[in-house]
Amino acid sequence: MDIFLQQVLNGLTLGGIYSLVALGLTLVYGILHVPNFAHGAFYMVGAFVALKLMTGWEVNYWIAMIGAAGVVAVIGALSERLVFHPLRNHPGLHPMIAAIGLLLFLEAGAQALWGADFLRMPTPFSGIVEIAGVTAPVQRLMIIAGAFTLMAVLQLFLTRTVAGSTIVAMAQNRDGASLVGIDANRVAMLTFGISGALAAVAATLYAPINLVYPAMGHLVITKAFVIIILGGMGSVPGAIVGGLIIGFAESFGAYYISTDYKDIISFVLLVVILSLRPQGLFTNGAR
Amino acid sequence: MMKLLEGKFGWGLLLVAGLLFPFMAGNDYHLTVMSTAYIFAIATLGLNLITGYTGQFNLAHAGFMAVGAYTLGILTVDYEVSFWLAFLLAGVVTVLVGLPLGWVSLRLRGHYFSIFTLCVGTIMFLVIEKWESLTHGTVGIMGIPAPTAIGPLSFDTPVSIYYLVYFFLVLGVWMMRRIVDSLMGRTFMAIRNGDELAEALGVNLMRNKLMAFSLSVLYAGFAGALYAGFVRFLGPDLAGASHAFDMTMYMIIGGLGTVLGPLLGALMVPWLTQYLQALQEFRFLIFGPVLIFLVIFVPNGIVGTWVARRARQASDAALGKQAPAKETAKESTKQGDAAQKESASA
Repeated sequence: MDIFLQQVLNGLTLGGIYSLVALGLTLVYGILHVPNFAHGAFYMVGAFVALKLMTGWEVNYWIAMIGAAGVVAVIGALSERLVFHPLRNHPGLHPMIAAIGLLLFLEAGAQALWGADFLRMPTPFSGIVEIAGVTAPVQRLMIIAGAFTLMAVLQLFLTRTVAGSTIVAMAQNRDGASLVGIDANRVAMLTFGISGALAAVAATLYAPINLVYPAMGHLVITKAFVIIILGGMGSVPGAIVGGLIIGFAESFGAYYISTDYKDIISFVLLVVILSLRPQGLFTNGAR
Repeated sequence: MMKLLEGKFGWGLLLVAGLLFPFMAGNDYHLTVMSTAYIFAIATLGLNLITGYTGQFNLAHAGFMAVGAYTLGILTVDYEVSFWLAFLLAGVVTVLVGLPLGWVSLRLRGHYFSIFTLCVGTIMFLVIEKWESLTHGTVGIMGIPAPTAIGPLSFDTPVSIYYLVYFFLVLGVWMMRRIVDSLMGRTFMAIRNGDELAEALGVNLMRNKLMAFSLSVLYAGFAGALYAGFVRFLGPDLAGASHAFDMTMYMIIGGLGTVLGPLLGALMVPWLTQYLQALQEFRFLIFGPVLIFLVIFVPNGIVGTWVARRARQASDAALGKQAPAKETAKESTKQGDAAQKESASA
């Protein structure tokens, strides 16, 4: 039973991180219909900026997180303006290739600036709590709390504020949104900014129990894609539910099947689901 | 002059240039760079068939190249199969792996296909890395034998290996031109230009996409097998996303949906990076923005832009001629009569 609860805790941790990353991806897809392959690079840059703020400038963990979110939000908004905006009328292939170009640039840039080594991020929360026989590192609890709080805030932002509503409106119908006076360019940049900030926060939360290196975004981004395909591209609840499914599948799979193959589990899940239901789990209609 | 370079004559010139290259190359290092470039050019040709001609952006292409390479490596090193039998089997195995994966992934369209194949590529990489009993894991496969001699032809010098790889490249280009000019190639392009329209015209989408996918994977498999026989060491990195991105870059720089484009891209870029030796590690710091710039401003690549310019010139010329068309028609009939008389008298 304890082991079971331990896996539930791990599943929530992983699921929270994956959901945050997938949320950014799904928001951008909803607005621009571009699969942003560079999203993993945003995640990686977020981790590096937070790490450098903490080690170089000796900034507090939370302030470093906010700083990283800000920096990556700016990178996101800039890349919308410089890369994706000029390509908004091009066919599907070209924005995807441009996204790959952006990914390659950011990764090479990170490697040039900060080196290719594996770095460890210090955390102020190194303690361990015991609840009902389950030992929980505080950092993991922080991840769960942080991720789900942020999801709630995002949900409130999207439904309760004007800026959030413009994003939802754009995702629902681009022309309709323009007709009622929503500035498409501003919303696209805002969405990219939010998406980058979410990735940076996810990276800063997860980095202390993982490592920081230029290729750290690869696996996370592919898993985030699995999640948004499962949950339906552009769907916010889908991204959260999908993130939790993958998180739990991985944590239980690692324990009950094999640690070596835990990264493959989510992809096998995707292959199985898509061979049975090519339209995804939670969506209707054809792709 | 430029018109002369197009078509068969231009391809012939390229063929001769490739044949003469070993005599012009200063040293073995140049030959090695060129041979590697040829191997990736073969794989890029395959990628271009599914992406440039059929419109399905496959991001697992490096994975299939690795399947071909590992098939050859495992068969020759662990099972002591002869090189050329293993080489043939590499192609067969790659297609056998590609068929079910293609069948699953081609049911998805557009972005979904690309995302799915990105995941498939990641799975291939992870499987190669983790399945140590078969693939030797991160250690990699060492001591892969060089291609064995066929009759009097042996492949133990860089020059002979160069010609071997060159032979396969020429074969690959020739095959690709045949495919693209055939009815099947036209069908692929119809699917790229609009799959619903193609379907309405009676094209079986799944069968044709699967055909394009298998052919493209076959190119990757043989390129991988050549790579294994040429480099003689294999690591899981071959399946990594960076190789898939490299090939995408070659294709974009040269021109999507042309035969010459990917070839040019695959030959040009490695030479550029060779000369920017210090940048090897950080080459994407330059090539990343170049890729974005090209996609935005030169979306058809070098060859595609050239072809489009030719087409525009041709249509301008045709429009210009339209006004005095009647007179030229008369003249041409006169000339035709004269020619007929001449040929009759000859």
